[in-house]
Amino acid sequence: MKSRIALIVYILFILLPIYWLLNMSFKTNQEILGAITFWPQNFTFENYQKILTDPSWYKGYINSMIYVSLNMVISLTVALPAAYAFSRYKFVGDKHLFFWLLSNKMAPPAVFVLPFFQLYSSVGLFDTHIAVALAHCLFNIPLAVWILEGFMSSVPKEIDETAYIDGYSFPRFFAKIFIPLIGSGIGVTAFFLFMFSWIELLLARTLTATEAQPIQVIMTRTVGASGIDWGVLAAAGVLTIIPGIFVIYFVRNHIAKGFALGRT
Amino acid sequence: MNKIENNKAWFLVLPVFILVAFSAIIPLMTVVNYSVQDVFDTNTRYFVGTEWFKAILNDAALQSALMKQFMFSFTTLSIEIPLGIGIALLMPKRGMAASLCLVLIALPLLIPLNVVGTIWQIFTRSDIGLMGWSLREMGVAYNISRNPVDAWATIILMDVWHWTPLIALLCYSGLRSIPEAYYQAARIDRASRWAIFRYIQLPKLTNVLIIGILLRFMDSFMIYAEPFVLTGGGPGSSTTFLSQALTTMAIGQFDVGPAAAFSIIYFLIILAVSWVFYTTIMNMQKEK
Repeated sequence: MKSRIALIVYILFILLPIYWLLNMSFKTNQEILGAITFWPQNFTFENYQKILTDPSWYKGYINSMIYVSLNMVISLTVALPAAYAFSRYKFVGDKHLFFWLLSNKMAPPAVFVLPFFQLYSSVGLFDTHIAVALAHCLFNIPLAVWILEGFMSSVPKEIDETAYIDGYSFPRFFAKIFIPLIGSGIGVTAFFLFMFSWIELLLARTLTATEAQPIQVIMTRTVGASGIDWGVLAAAGVLTIIPGIFVIYFVRNHIAKGFALGRT
Repeated sequence: MNKIENNKAWFLVLPVFILVAFSAIIPLMTVVNYSVQDVFDTNTRYFVGTEWFKAILNDAALQSALMKQFMFSFTTLSIEIPLGIGIALLMPKRGMAASLCLVLIALPLLIPLNVVGTIWQIFTRSDIGLMGWSLREMGVAYNISRNPVDAWATIILMDVWHWTPLIALLCYSGLRSIPEAYYQAARIDRASRWAIFRYIQLPKLTNVLIIGILLRFMDSFMIYAEPFVLTGGGPGSSTTFLSQALTTMAIGQFDVGPAAAFSIIYFLIILAVSWVFYTTIMNMQKEK
C-alpha cells in the first residue's frame, strides 16, 4: 500500500507541470495574468484556434513531423544491416568502428552548429527537411545501431544457419525471417529515434529559416512587442506533447517486453 | 556468441559509415581547421598554432562553466538513478495499470527540450505559475532570476522531472526480463526484500543501468535548451553550462577560433569519460 502511494505521488509530480500548462492553454490572457485559478473560469478554445487556423503556426508541426519521419526511415534503413554485421561477424576494425560510431552520440550538438550550418549551406540544403533529418542522423544512427545490435545478439545464430541451408538468400532471410523476430527491438529503437529527433532544438533551429522551421522555434514568436502571449504559448506547448503520447501508446507493450531483452 | 570472421560484413556497415562520416568527419575537420587559425574574413587568416587552446584553457569563465557542468551532471545523475530504480520497482507488473503507468511516466521524455524549459519557466513564475505562486503564498522567498541557489535547485528539479523516466523505463524493462521462477526460489529460501533486490534484481539491471548512465551522462553534459529557456544562464552566469557558453561564443560573438578550440576540448572530455564507461561494459561482458 505504501508503495502505491509513493508511485502516485511520483506520477502527480510528473503531471503537475503538464496540468498547469494544459490549464493555461484554455484560459484567456486576462485570466492568466489576473489571478491564480485551478480551472479555467472562462473556458476558451481561442488559443488553439489561433494555432490550428494559421498556416505559419501549424506548418511548424508538419515540418517537425516530416524531418522526424525522414530521420527515422533513414536511420532504421542503414542501421539494420549494420547492426546485423556487428552482431554476427568479426571484421577488420569492427571494435574501433563501433566506438567511433558511439562517439558521435557523445558529440555535443553545440560543437557541430557552426560547421553544419556551413556544410549544409554550401551543398544547398539549408532550410530543407532533409538537412535536419541528416543532421539528426549524427546521433540517431549510432543509437539505433547500438540498441539493435543488442536485440540481434539475443537471436540464436542457428536460425540464420538453418535459413541459409533452406536456401534463403541474405536479403530474403533478413526481410522475411530476421526482421519479424526482432520486431519489438525495432519498436523500441523507433521510440528512441522519434524521441531524440523530436525534442532536439539546437541543430533544427540552426539549419532552418522559414521553409522547414520546426514548431519549437516558431513557438518563440509568442514573445511580441506587447509582451508574451501566454495562452498561445501554452497551447502550442500542449500540441507538441500530443504526438509523443501516441508514440508511447504504440510502443508501450514492446518497451515492457524488453528494452533489456538483448542485454541481459 | 562466437562470431564468424568475414570482411564482407563491411558492405553492411558501409551505408552507416558514409552517412555518419558525412555529418561527422567533414564538420569535425572544419572545427579542427578553425581551432588553429585566426580568421578575419574568408580571405584573411593566419595560422596561430595552439594559441586558442592555451587561451581557452586559461579562461576563467570557461573553467567555471566546466566546474558547473561536472557538478550538474554529477548531482542530477546521483538523484535520477536511485529514484529511477525505485520507481521501476514500484510500477505495477501487468494489466491496464501497467500500460497507463508507462504512458504517464514516459510523458516528459517526449516533450521538446525548449518546451520543457517553457513549462518550468511558467510553472515557477511567482505571478502566473503554480509552484512559484504557492511558494510565495507560503512565505518562501523564491526567485530564480535573482537567487542562484533557487535557479540551481529549479534546474535540477526540472532535469529530475525530465529524465528520471528514462532510467525508470529502462529498469522496468530490465525487471520484466527476470523469470518468475527466480522469485519463487527466493520465496522458498525466505529471502528478505533487500536480498531479492541485491542478488536477483540488481544483477539483472546492471546492463540496462550502464546504458542508462551512459546516455544520461552524455546528454546531461550537453544540456542546452532547458536552462537557456528557464534561466537564460543566469542570474549572472551561475547556470551557464558548457553548451551555452560555446554557442554564445560561436554564434553570438562569432569567435570561431576560440570556439573551435573549445569544441575540441569539450568533445575530448566527453570522449574520455565515455571511453572509461565503454571499456568497463566490454570487460563486464567478457567476464560473462
